[in-house]
Amino acid sequence: MLHGKGEIQEPERTSVNGMKLGVLCSGGKDSLFACYLAMQKEEVACLISVRSRNEESYMFHIPNVHLVPLQAEAAGLPLVTVETEGIEEAELSDLSRAICLAVERHGIEGVVTGALLSVYQAARIQRICRDLDLWCFNPLWYTDQEAYMELLIETGFRAVVTGVFSAPFDATWLGRMIDREALKDLKQYARKHRITLTGEGGEYETLVLDAPFYTKRIVIEESTEEYFNYRGILRVRRASLETK
Amino acid sequence: MILLLDLSYRAHSLSRDEFVGPVARIVGRAGWEWRETHFSEIRSDDLKDVTGIILCGTALKDNLFAARAQEFSWLRNISVPVLGICAGMQVLCLVFGGTIRPGCEIGMTTVRADTPDPVLPGSPAFPAYELHSFTCDPPRGWEVMAVSDSGVQAVRHPDRPLYGVMFHPEVRNEGVVERFLSLCKEKDR
Repeated sequence: MLHGKGEIQEPERTSVNGMKLGVLCSGGKDSLFACYLAMQKEEVACLISVRSRNEESYMFHIPNVHLVPLQAEAAGLPLVTVETEGIEEAELSDLSRAICLAVERHGIEGVVTGALLSVYQAARIQRICRDLDLWCFNPLWYTDQEAYMELLIETGFRAVVTGVFSAPFDATWLGRMIDREALKDLKQYARKHRITLTGEGGEYETLVLDAPFYTKRIVIEESTEEYFNYRGILRVRRASLETK
Repeated sequence: MILLLDLSYRAHSLSRDEFVGPVARIVGRAGWEWRETHFSEIRSDDLKDVTGIILCGTALKDNLFAARAQEFSWLRNISVPVLGICAGMQVLCLVFGGTIRPGCEIGMTTVRADTPDPVLPGSPAFPAYELHSFTCDPPRGWEVMAVSDSGVQAVRHPDRPLYGVMFHPEVRNEGVVERFLSLCKEKDR
């Protein structure tokens, strides 16, 4: 085939089960649902997580990213983690470093993201993958948001809201499960307040406690809430795994 | 019936939802019936009731379609409108005697529409999303409708309704797909 260097060759396959992929994981519903989709088509070899110290990071979701190791354990997947100061653009080199580590440790041939609509995020990750000669997959890209949310619930994902950053979300949303009732409210908010149904505009953030590919589910044992003027965070202080 | 052709590395791949799905939603929302087929599986029967064809894009690293361009030779005899998106434009170029060469663009860029066409946005310059590792040198006689600083962005056949766009209209330029559909016969609607 033709690739970035202009050579012609057939696609490479180094694993028996399919292409080995690393999933960029923030701990939220989009990255883990993208992981679920990738598992049905290729081989997910690891999760990749970037922990940012900057709460205003453009690229990386913040609330409760420290629970990604527990999610990886629940899913039985290895995890590659790096830390970043979260300075715009400089954090991209940290992401690149994380992906390089995943290549070295797990032989990944490509990266999966949960990007939905953000050209800003998607283009930057595409460039990193091009520079590293890796495939890049965005299975939720410009998906039908309502159908996606319905499928998320239908397939057994249990995602709770861990951050709200926009009107009209009140404090009761912190810790609320994304179920059919919540989706009904979100649809109403999307109509009346022009939020994106999936929270892609940064209106809310989630944490996935259970997924179809988890062998154990996460239980939040202790958490604290901060909320003021339509901005709030549920910080999980202690969590554990329980048998499903 | 609009046929969406999946050009990715294999049928039902992980790329399908990224490159065929968004186009399918635009076509469906515009009120058209559609079906999709992978390029390796297309048969002559698949084309019988088709009133328009859209060749969808692929992942940046996925250029298998170019190595297998001979499998698209049926496009030379097609009479219905065709829109090639990114990889699809590259296929049209290759099938009709043009060439492709390395030329990567990722992200938003400004496209200048030098030759007005009903399929393109009406403004002389518009922002568009790019994701390609090769650029096209169009076939002889084809009209170049739009360019960016990096290369040709939109082409059309001189006599037939065959269009190619290098940018991805499914991202922030859905109107390009909708206006293309208006060229297709009305019988399906």
